[in-house]
Amino acid sequence: MLLEVEGLCVNYGHIEAIRDISFGVEEGTVVTLIGANGAGKTTTLKTLSGLRKVREGKVTFDGKDITHLPPFERVKMGLSQSPEGRGIFPGMSVRENLGMGAYTRRDKPAIAADFDRVMALFPRLEERIDQVAGTMSGGEQQMLAMGRALMARPRVVLLDEPSMGLAPKLIAQIFSIITEINEQGTTVLLVEQNAAQALKRAHTAHVLETGEIVRSGSGSELAGDDSVKAAYLGGDI
Amino acid sequence: MSQTSSAPAGRPLRRLGLWWDHVVDRFGRLPMAVKLLVLVLVVALVYALPLLRPPVITTQEIDFGGVMFGCAAYALIALGLNIVIGYAGLLDLGYIGFYATGAYTVGVLTSFHWHWPFFFALPVAIAVTMLTGVLLGAPTLRVRGDYLAIVTLGFGEIIRICVKNIEWLGASSGIKDIAHPNSIGGGPKPPFEKGGLFSIPRLEWDGFVPSVDRDHTTAFLSFGAVDAVPYYWLLLTALILVLFADRLIKSSRVGRAWEATREDEDAAELMGVPTFRYKLLAFAMGAAIGGMSGAFYASGQSGYVSPDSFLLLYSMLFVAAVIVGGAGNRWGAILGGVLVYYLPERFREFADYRILVFGLALTTLAIWRPQGLLPPRRARRVLRAEEEIRELEGEGAVNV
Repeated sequence: MLLEVEGLCVNYGHIEAIRDISFGVEEGTVVTLIGANGAGKTTTLKTLSGLRKVREGKVTFDGKDITHLPPFERVKMGLSQSPEGRGIFPGMSVRENLGMGAYTRRDKPAIAADFDRVMALFPRLEERIDQVAGTMSGGEQQMLAMGRALMARPRVVLLDEPSMGLAPKLIAQIFSIITEINEQGTTVLLVEQNAAQALKRAHTAHVLETGEIVRSGSGSELAGDDSVKAAYLGGDI
Repeated sequence: MSQTSSAPAGRPLRRLGLWWDHVVDRFGRLPMAVKLLVLVLVVALVYALPLLRPPVITTQEIDFGGVMFGCAAYALIALGLNIVIGYAGLLDLGYIGFYATGAYTVGVLTSFHWHWPFFFALPVAIAVTMLTGVLLGAPTLRVRGDYLAIVTLGFGEIIRICVKNIEWLGASSGIKDIAHPNSIGGGPKPPFEKGGLFSIPRLEWDGFVPSVDRDHTTAFLSFGAVDAVPYYWLLLTALILVLFADRLIKSSRVGRAWEATREDEDAAELMGVPTFRYKLLAFAMGAAIGGMSGAFYASGQSGYVSPDSFLLLYSMLFVAAVIVGGAGNRWGAILGGVLVYYLPERFREFADYRILVFGLALTTLAIWRPQGLLPPRRARRVLRAEEEIRELEGEGAVNV
């Protein structure tokens, strides 16, 4: 397992946001967490990247215990997150945003290579390279957030709701890019409300409900599961 | 309705603003050599200003050299506070506390308890203030936004009230006879010896006709109680050095980390920026520069500090200086600091009304140019993009 979560509990004050969650992310796969609003998906990702404190449980990355490491140490180890709600730097240009993605790195030629790779994945960003990021459309900002996360050259990239608020055509495009990223060798942990698309792309999937994992399986298994269909896929699909 | 009636009144001001931005942009695009030449000329002019005493600009009711010294002190403060507010995005409402710490360190070291020369006390004052910044920042920078403002507000007052009640620090009567900077070429021996390396006459103006005034000369590098100009030169030199350091650090990885932290702290963490450390660094650097300015103030012409020199009001004024100038732009901060000190001094003849007028001017500026007189390039870029979007939407509305 590249990334492993055991018995994770996280609180906001007295409120338990996630309770006793355990799952693993195998190297080279796409793993997805699906669930409704407030189920604890984003909290889980934030905890994995170190923004939230763990109350109980353990997170290991590549065999090392990272439960209490600060976020910047995790980025250096190869764990990078694209935040929810387009958490880009709005006043910086696209180029500067991508530069921030490689903040912990000093290997200039490799950074340039990754920059080209991101440009190839998101031709749209190349067109807008010197535009102020805050003035771009939602879809473009989402691409920027993903591209920026890839600039850290992560071993596993955490994507928080990449399809949120996007037009259907754009959603399909974003998901095919996620598959492409995975095929290029980056492990993906994807958090989504768009269960249909997420399950189609994922090797392994987990359903989160009020802070607990209630069902796990392969993507296609869960897509065929009756209760998942009823709750997250709008009846039949 | 109200929109249409207010639009014509706002037009000329807005046009003036656009023209000003245009001028700034044009200057920014000039070749480096030309910019450097202009800069050198401006700096030379700024050094010579208190001797040239140009009409209109020169204050009539109060010594112009002293006013220029105050302007330079405020510019240095604004430059330091700009690191905290403009670069790192931390609202510090108690900056006067650092200014006071620097001033009192020099006071205690050179007069009240020891008799160190000023130039030994200066680095100690900077170090002590920096340490104060770290001590204040380490526990408080973990809180965000408004809370930090409240904590720093309290800090500024705590320093003042402590100083007022501690006998060891002179209590409410303050500290006097603070050492002046060491004169070079002999100190002044009143009433006739001016000391210094050589003397420079100043200009006197009859209307717009200049003449050389040999009765009032300034002794170069002689620091006494009569002439403020040598202090001004020294402080201006310190300001220029700090300006260079500021430029270096802003364009480094540290500057980028500050910028990311200011824009979105969580996102910055996710990029691998240890935001707490960088915020603390900004706080400490800002504090050190504030303390440095305080040290120069304490050893200035009068060589006297008291708790009343460090009122809460000044903290607000410093924040106003940074905002009015354009938070995030070092030249804007300097301009803001100079204006905030200079305007009330220049308009002293309006007596009690000057503060009212000053307040009105600040309010007008806040409405007309919320981004400041010299906003950083980034803010100008965002504003321009927003303007374009608004224009496109405006056209759409006309078509409908």
